[in-house]
Amino acid sequence: MRKAAFRYVAGATAVAASLSLVACGGGEQASGDFDGEVKVGILHSRSGTMAISENTVAEAELMAIDEINAKGGVLVDGKKLKIVPVEEDGASDWPTFAEKAKKLIDQDQVAVVFGGWTSASRKAMLPVFEAKDHFLFYPIQYEGQECSKNIFYSGAAPNQQAEPAVDWLLQNKGKDFFLVGSDYVYPRTANTIMKEQLKANGGKVVGEDYLPLGNTEVAPIIAKIKQALPKGGVIVNTLNGDSNVAFFKQMKAAGITPANGYSIMSFSIAEEEIAAIGPEYLEGTYAAWNYFQSLDTPASKEFTKNFKAKYGDSRVTSDPAEAAYMMVYLWAAAAEKANSVDDNKVREALIGVSFDAPEGKVTVQPNHHVEKLVLIGEVQKDGMFKILENKGFVKPVAWNQYVPETKGFTCDWTQNRPDAGKFKM
Amino acid sequence: MDLLYDTLFNGLAIGSVLVLAALGLAVVFGLMGVINMAHGELMMLGAYTTFVVQNLFKNGPLQGIFPLYILVAIPLAFLVSGLAGLLLEKTVIRRLYGRPLETLLATWGVSLILQQFVRSVSSAFVIGLLVAVALGLVAPRLLPRPWGQRRWAPVLGVATWVIAGLVGIALASGLGGVRVLDQPWFSARNIDVTAPVWLRGSVDLGAVNMPTARLFIIALTALALVAVHWFLQKSVWGIRIRAVTQNRSMSDCLGIPTETVDALTFLVGSGLAGVAGVAVTLLGSVGPNLGGNYIVDCFMVVVLGGVGKLLGTVVAALGIGVLSYVIGSGSLLLVWPAMPAGLNELITFFATTSMAKVLVFALVVVFLQFRPAGLFPQKGRMVEA
Repeated sequence: MRKAAFRYVAGATAVAASLSLVACGGGEQASGDFDGEVKVGILHSRSGTMAISENTVAEAELMAIDEINAKGGVLVDGKKLKIVPVEEDGASDWPTFAEKAKKLIDQDQVAVVFGGWTSASRKAMLPVFEAKDHFLFYPIQYEGQECSKNIFYSGAAPNQQAEPAVDWLLQNKGKDFFLVGSDYVYPRTANTIMKEQLKANGGKVVGEDYLPLGNTEVAPIIAKIKQALPKGGVIVNTLNGDSNVAFFKQMKAAGITPANGYSIMSFSIAEEEIAAIGPEYLEGTYAAWNYFQSLDTPASKEFTKNFKAKYGDSRVTSDPAEAAYMMVYLWAAAAEKANSVDDNKVREALIGVSFDAPEGKVTVQPNHHVEKLVLIGEVQKDGMFKILENKGFVKPVAWNQYVPETKGFTCDWTQNRPDAGKFKM
Repeated sequence: MDLLYDTLFNGLAIGSVLVLAALGLAVVFGLMGVINMAHGELMMLGAYTTFVVQNLFKNGPLQGIFPLYILVAIPLAFLVSGLAGLLLEKTVIRRLYGRPLETLLATWGVSLILQQFVRSVSSAFVIGLLVAVALGLVAPRLLPRPWGQRRWAPVLGVATWVIAGLVGIALASGLGGVRVLDQPWFSARNIDVTAPVWLRGSVDLGAVNMPTARLFIIALTALALVAVHWFLQKSVWGIRIRAVTQNRSMSDCLGIPTETVDALTFLVGSGLAGVAGVAVTLLGSVGPNLGGNYIVDCFMVVVLGGVGKLLGTVVAALGIGVLSYVIGSGSLLLVWPAMPAGLNELITFFATTSMAKVLVFALVVVFLQFRPAGLFPQKGRMVEA
């Protein structure tokens, strides 16, 4: 009897085990003819609130790595190196980002880390990269006022997104501005810059409000907007994440819409977010980015086609995905130029490197930012943007020239001086 | 005068969402004393039910009556969340009555499981899960009868479930190879619930402009309140629920099936969470994390109102609604434009949504220092129980 029971258990276990083996097997890739490997870290939130946005960015980076490997990898010192990504999850938790960055550098000995989305996660990782003198590639538009030797910023600085957008609004849409944002470092800093810019150019801030991240009750904000702008005006939205959905749904219900004379400009809503919020709530609102999926160039179409082929037809490309994709190529080009994957040599070689990105030919500037195409678009019914204005390529400014504290300062990592990150021009 | 109406309406609008969200919790926490951290996730299930119903109405024969999908979603959400709550009560909470700390931890764990469930649920996943459960339930019956009496019978029971689980996992990952079955139903992304057109506009009532979605939520809240009141005061089961709340052992002696009463109370409370889930799809985003946005507010309302009192829940929610509107919109400045500069600055400082929330929380904490049992404390002998 006892034996029979054992046989029953053992038999069933064997069946289960073989089933799971069948399920997991297969897919072992034949290794190509590479002469070696180079490990790179990919550190984004794959879980938690930010996962929705950061997944796409990580996917774009992995796609770029696959493409480079398919073309023979990185050619360094006469050797073809295969790029091997080491993925870590930042879990939408800023201290976790710092911890995982340490792990990637010390334990995995990666050549470079691609990672981060929120400014809070970047600020958490910054001390780690500075202390270990390592190199982080960061792909998101941000608030500026930072220029680290150990970070390369492939997203827009404020003068490549917020400032031209505000200029465009002042010229075309009106002088009275209402600012709405999430309550953390990016919207607060971006709005500080915007207020100085408006003061200098004859605009006026008629109101300002901040929502805690994740808050969905916007009735008080709507009341304030109606109070401050009863006949329409400009609303600049720097909300991040879920709050946007609540904001636009309730704004529409309250009649604060483009049809009633309100021009709404958002800085954190790209194609990906439009799909999540619903284009019917966003139609007619504006956004400023450096890349739109609707950008009609062969490179852009190719990028979108490849992305859909790899991740599914219903997926869309967006500015953050494009910036993430481009920075992997820029790193590979810099490594080939330096003839080394050592982060200090790559850092020197990086400045001046160019790449034919989906938005056009981009070149790395001495302040570790990229010269980028500035576009202003309007949301259409199908969730894509119609490009209203193309301001051409704009050079990045890290230290803002509207804010009195940083006026006159600049950043140039080609200069051999201790304060190259921030010095008086 | 307009300002007064405006304030009252907006306060009512914010408050009604809080009432609806907290109503189920008031039933479960108030009548049963169960701290259910998964309450927000039961709301989320209601919101996802709305999404599914909306998609059913988008195509096919029901397309013609698409604008009415929300009315169908309400009872269905009640049912889905209610059944999920029933399952939760039968499997987890029933074993933990009278142990609030363990209940708190267990239901928090359940809330995480539910969040991950909607993120990763796919056809392959569901098939694997069903097969595992079926195998675990059926396999013991196929064994020779005498085995059940052996000393090692419990070990065999555990082993059966382990094997059933493994087979389920293997099956799910095996089927995962088939693309159609592997496609997650919702994925981790937020989903798009579009309100029907009649709930997207607004109506002018006198000088005040009211979004129809808000009016709908206020009406739904009133309806839910009346229904719950009738159920607890007039129906037989409602009277039994109150009897068990007042004195469990005496009710048991008098022949009231207390276990059924517990299950029913939990079902009703969870179902109400589902209805609240339908309502919040009209206001904000729908995603796996939806519950977390509401759970803290819900507990605040119930505790402030006085545990076990529906009237307290309503008054507390409306009070918080009006207060956060008045502080957040800075409308005091409009009433009294000539106020002293210092006060003026203070009010402007708190006149953002984030600061209003801080101030409301602070006020609630201060209030509870003086009235620890809330606005309407329980009186009489049940307090001692």
